[in-house]
Amino acid sequence: MAEENDGTKSGRVPTVIADDLHIVYRVNAGRSGKGSATAALSRILRRGKDDEARGVRKVHAVRGVSFVAYRGEAIGLIGSNGSGKSTLLRAIAGLLPAERGKVYTDGQPSLLGVNAALMNDLTGERNVILGGLAMGMSREEIKARYQEIVDFSGINEKGDFISLPMRTYSSGMAARLRFSIAAAKDHDVLMIDEALATGDRKFQKRSEARIRELRKQAGTVFLVSHNNKSIRDTCDRVLWLERGELRMDGPTDEVLKEYEKFTSK
Amino acid sequence: MSETTHDGTVAVSAPVSPDEGLTSAELAAKYGLSVSGARPSLIEYVRQLWGRRHFIMAFSQAKLTAQYSQAKLGQLWQVATPLLNAAVYFFIFGLLLDAKRGIPSDVYVPFLVTGVFVFTFTQSSVLAGVRAISGNLGLVRALHFPRASLPISFSLQQLQQLLFSMVVLVAVMLAFGSYPDWSWLLIGPALLLQFVFNTGLALIFARMGSKTPDLAQLMPFVLRTWMYASGVMFSIPAMLADKDVPGWLPDLLQWNPAAVYMDLVRFAMIDEYDSTYLPPHIWAVGIGWALLIGVAGFIYFWKAEERYGRG
Repeated sequence: MAEENDGTKSGRVPTVIADDLHIVYRVNAGRSGKGSATAALSRILRRGKDDEARGVRKVHAVRGVSFVAYRGEAIGLIGSNGSGKSTLLRAIAGLLPAERGKVYTDGQPSLLGVNAALMNDLTGERNVILGGLAMGMSREEIKARYQEIVDFSGINEKGDFISLPMRTYSSGMAARLRFSIAAAKDHDVLMIDEALATGDRKFQKRSEARIRELRKQAGTVFLVSHNNKSIRDTCDRVLWLERGELRMDGPTDEVLKEYEKFTSK
Repeated sequence: MSETTHDGTVAVSAPVSPDEGLTSAELAAKYGLSVSGARPSLIEYVRQLWGRRHFIMAFSQAKLTAQYSQAKLGQLWQVATPLLNAAVYFFIFGLLLDAKRGIPSDVYVPFLVTGVFVFTFTQSSVLAGVRAISGNLGLVRALHFPRASLPISFSLQQLQQLLFSMVVLVAVMLAFGSYPDWSWLLIGPALLLQFVFNTGLALIFARMGSKTPDLAQLMPFVLRTWMYASGVMFSIPAMLADKDVPGWLPDLLQWNPAAVYMDLVRFAMIDEYDSTYLPPHIWAVGIGWALLIGVAGFIYFWKAEERYGRG
């Protein structure tokens, strides 16, 4: 078992503990699914009653998940679409508040990704700085890493694109720059959500190598992916989520075998 | 570990370790783990915000630049927008409605333009505040930073926008015969107080807007009412002098924060607009509003820090 392989030594230090974690999304939408004015009005008039009556729909995305992750582990998260993988990652990162239960972490876990902080109307250059600052890097760190980020993205291979607004980039170029910015920072607990499949084949290879590098520096890595091969390559333990519940937790081979049996049904 | 107690879960049993039998909370305490996404103390929160000051500045400047990047005239609109705004108000209130009662007529244009710019500063800070969290959920859900960075950043953006407007304002002042003198130095503290007040207001509305995004629809009407009640384009005492209103009403309107900050900037810049136009204790009132709303807004926003970004 993966845990036993590197875990028999007494130095098993937990980095993430999830304790009976529940995450609930609330969506403002009538139960009928219509957004008509009368439906909205009746919703307001029924105020004061519980959420259900007011037409606020609850989506129970994660239901009672518990696990302990240790330093040095690379954990894959698998499950069909909408099974709560990304939600679980965000909850671990402290970005989504828990309905019930708790997540304890060592330091500040970070999601790999800065897409939301970047602005299409700004030049690539300013986006590198903005994205770095948004991730919590200092100005000096960004200055020191700037050339590295641009070179890694390969944006300037076909001319001076970094000084053009990002909206002029092709979708592949933009994705490459986003990954390069996101991957520039070192993390204690790193979480990657489907980040491997960006750019052309050449860039994919480069980004996989970078993720392996980040993995070595990071204490613990979580990887969400639908690609069983990249899970097998990077992870030694897998959590399988289905309908928000933890269906299986174990070494990669065992869980993937069960998962493949389940999905081919 | 056998902590995966859920039905249907294959529990992976670890070798007997000294941690066996500890509850999650005990285990977390033993290794110094902290609850993820918990609200930091107020002092810690201020410290985190200070650590993010470069991000706050960069974000506000980026928003400002991105605003006009598609326009042909580009950043020229920073100056052209307030100028056109002032021209419209002058056309309607100065020429059509003749609202300049009680104000020397050669001062009316500077009076009006100052009012429009100063009120717009507060108005746009509130509107940006309402959408600061609800309009940036992607950012809130993807990255970790003290959420107050967003409303503060947006009111900083409005401050920078106001500085562009000040270029227009100085030109208007010169054209109507008010020349720079020592009293212009009072613009600094007046706008600083207004900025603190605006930021507090933006923080309050950011929290309210994150829970009720509908405010974005409602606030323009509230703000317009506030604008007409604050004497942006007329002198409050002169306008109410011959009306049958209770005596406290003009005082109340003049002590409302928007009117106070407008009067402070007018007093600083326009020579003829001297202290006879001002209500008593106006600086104290201005400082009071800034401290009250600034501090209360910050604490009110911080109280919900861990809940932003939900659902």
